[in-house]
Amino acid sequence: MAWPRTSMSDHAQVEHASTEQAPAERAPAAQAPAEPAGARLDVRKTYKLFIGGAFPRSESGRSYPVSAASADGDGERGDLLAFAAQGSRKDLRDAVVAARRAQPGWSGATAYNRGQVLYRVAEILEGRAAQFAAEVAVAEGLTPAKAAATVAQAIDRWVWYAGWSDKVAQVAGAANPVAGPYFNFSVPEPTGVVVTIAPPDSSLLGLVSVLAPVIVTGNAVVVIASEERPLPAVVLAEVLATSDVPPGVVNILTGRTAELAPVAAAHTDVNAIDLTGAPAADRAPLERAAAANLKRTVCADEDWDDPPGIRRMMAMLEIKTVWHPMGS
Amino acid sequence: MGSGTMKSAEPAVAADPDGPADPQADGLVWEYAPAPESRDVVTIEPEYGLFIDGAFSPAAAGQTFETVNPATEERLALVAEAGQADTDRAIAAARRAYERVWAPMPGRERAKYLYRIARILQERAREFAVLESLDNGKPIRESRDVDIPLAAAHFFYYAGWADKLPYAGFGQDPRPLGVAGQVIPWNFPLLMAAWKLAPALAAGNTCVLKPAETTPLTALLLAKVCQQAGLPPGVVNIITGAGETGSALVRHQDVDKIAFTGSTEVGKQIAAVVAGTTTKLTLELGGKAANIVFDDAPVEQAVEGIVNGIFFNQGHVCCAGSRLLVQESVADIVTDRLKRRLATLRLGDPLDKNTDIGAINSRQQLDKITRLSQAGDSEGAERWSPPCRLPERGFWFPPTLFTGVSQSHRIAREEIFGPVLSVLTFRTPEEAVAKANNTPYGLSAGIWTEKGSRILWVAQRLRAGVVWANTYNRFDPASPFGGYQESGYGREGGRHGLAAYLDV
Repeated sequence: MAWPRTSMSDHAQVEHASTEQAPAERAPAAQAPAEPAGARLDVRKTYKLFIGGAFPRSESGRSYPVSAASADGDGERGDLLAFAAQGSRKDLRDAVVAARRAQPGWSGATAYNRGQVLYRVAEILEGRAAQFAAEVAVAEGLTPAKAAATVAQAIDRWVWYAGWSDKVAQVAGAANPVAGPYFNFSVPEPTGVVVTIAPPDSSLLGLVSVLAPVIVTGNAVVVIASEERPLPAVVLAEVLATSDVPPGVVNILTGRTAELAPVAAAHTDVNAIDLTGAPAADRAPLERAAAANLKRTVCADEDWDDPPGIRRMMAMLEIKTVWHPMGS
Repeated sequence: MGSGTMKSAEPAVAADPDGPADPQADGLVWEYAPAPESRDVVTIEPEYGLFIDGAFSPAAAGQTFETVNPATEERLALVAEAGQADTDRAIAAARRAYERVWAPMPGRERAKYLYRIARILQERAREFAVLESLDNGKPIRESRDVDIPLAAAHFFYYAGWADKLPYAGFGQDPRPLGVAGQVIPWNFPLLMAAWKLAPALAAGNTCVLKPAETTPLTALLLAKVCQQAGLPPGVVNIITGAGETGSALVRHQDVDKIAFTGSTEVGKQIAAVVAGTTTKLTLELGGKAANIVFDDAPVEQAVEGIVNGIFFNQGHVCCAGSRLLVQESVADIVTDRLKRRLATLRLGDPLDKNTDIGAINSRQQLDKITRLSQAGDSEGAERWSPPCRLPERGFWFPPTLFTGVSQSHRIAREEIFGPVLSVLTFRTPEEAVAKANNTPYGLSAGIWTEKGSRILWVAQRLRAGVVWANTYNRFDPASPFGGYQESGYGREGGRHGLAAYLDV
């Protein structure tokens, strides 16, 4: 492992060049409202990548400014929130290596165990609901009530998916009545390493809706977070890092989608790619690049408020059929 | 129904005049009298048209190509070559039939048409078997016992799904996709047509099927069966031609679904063509399957399985067990027995009922097999073939074994699609799994051991869509078939095969 596993991202003692440049008067809106003069100065957070269970900055040393959604919802961005790590091609490759390393252990764990771990994630999410609501509110420009409702929905969705770990094989598998002395059965298995381009708009609910179905089925994933609204994804990484999800099962990169997505689509050690979050104009070229090693591709726009159904889980599963001999 | 297992020649046998001439170590040599199946059961017309909208017609541009008997290089027939205009017309016919007839038709009625087709296939099985062996070069024993019965069984199986779709696990009212463009290979011409058409039609789609240019005849006979079954015009359209015809079909704007079986190279091209569209795609592509023999496997049974794994259908099988992984402690005895068994294989006239190895399907394929085998020689593997007289005309390749093969050799990495087996060894189950999975493919694998728990342990770790234990190359319409990784995606057969043709 390239980095020691840390439970939190807070390495505040290490000053990052770009955070020094942050204008002091623009307090991150995701944090608590500014206190009256004379009150305690808040401690800001550095939002970093999540690779192999650790929270590195980009190996490239780059960061990019992330702004709040503007209050009037005109699509313009508002106040500066933070400088997020601008993940590089090398970061993406490192994340794929971490995912590949973690995948066999994760899919080899019992379905019951995976369900327990994922349910634990929901528990931690619940405890951090207020923090997520604040992050989502500024990222998406939602009212506090709407943000809280979105977070609640995301947590409920996570619980829904967690319960699938030990059921999906029963729904997707089969015992097949072949004409011969064989016990013939089909079981779903994870596709392997998946890259997911998270939805650009729905920073938490959309992210959970594309992430949970991939990992509950035993895949390992590299998420390219929403470029404009990446901070809730980084906070989710902090939850995953403290929820017994093995390092490398989920890796989250922040940065420029247009820079990272083509590298992911062309990467030959990636088995599948979810292009849902890619800009419409980029989907065809990304899918063409993904055809070079026949990646399974998903590109399904959804209303994240709708019940998810099982399509996204099925898309990241392979069906294996075994002919087992019978005889006395 | 049919099984893919090659029958063991009971006492060790060898050599008719055209077969292997090696007298056996145990000295037991049986002569076989020729036992040819009569080709009179089938009438081959001098020229075949395209089957569009329920009728046969020549190509608009009048182009034709010939299909030959690969065992003799004699022309069997001239076949129309579909151009863009013909493809357009076939797809338009399929669209009309989809909207007006087939999709609105109750499932129970669609089912009855499919049952009719299945029955006629059974009734005309001998005709189909002879025609298949003539056009493809495969032994009549295989077309008679495997290809044709399985094709009929496939129609029977999916006929029954047509009126039970709400119970297939894809929702209360799963919808068909529309018009399916289907491109199939030359190795199992009728069987692949059945694998494509039966689930598509059961689900309520209409089809434009393109058979391979070297083996169009049984698909065209199937078109006649569709007529005889009273299938409404346009529900099944069969357009013949080569790569250009296939390309016109998969690039067509008005196709909702593409299903392709063939090489990984072409599969990738199709995936790139379909990229960015809403066309649904399933691919069944190449493989480089490992057939793993553990030291506790019954040797004779395993040897039969190895032979069936790689020499069935001259090795023209995407799931062929082309990499033999044998446990080091039994490697010598297994290769020794294997060589003795190969010496008894009878290569020759595909219509002879005693023939084990038929003709290579085309000169092009023969060249490819020859080229890759030469790479085996030049990279340092040791080649062995039984003494084997090849007929003077036609396309033939002797059963061939390479030992001393390492994982980096081309013959251990690339799909040869011919009767060529690469032998590698392993010491532990973990090593066997690692070597088996060391490939970008992932279609199939075989395991030979007496230990049930080991079968399941290994099967769980193999990255392959079909795992046979103590058997190989066995197919059944109820059993899903398809690959991992670069062997493609989607499944054919079973309940899972329906998903490829439903909006799920």
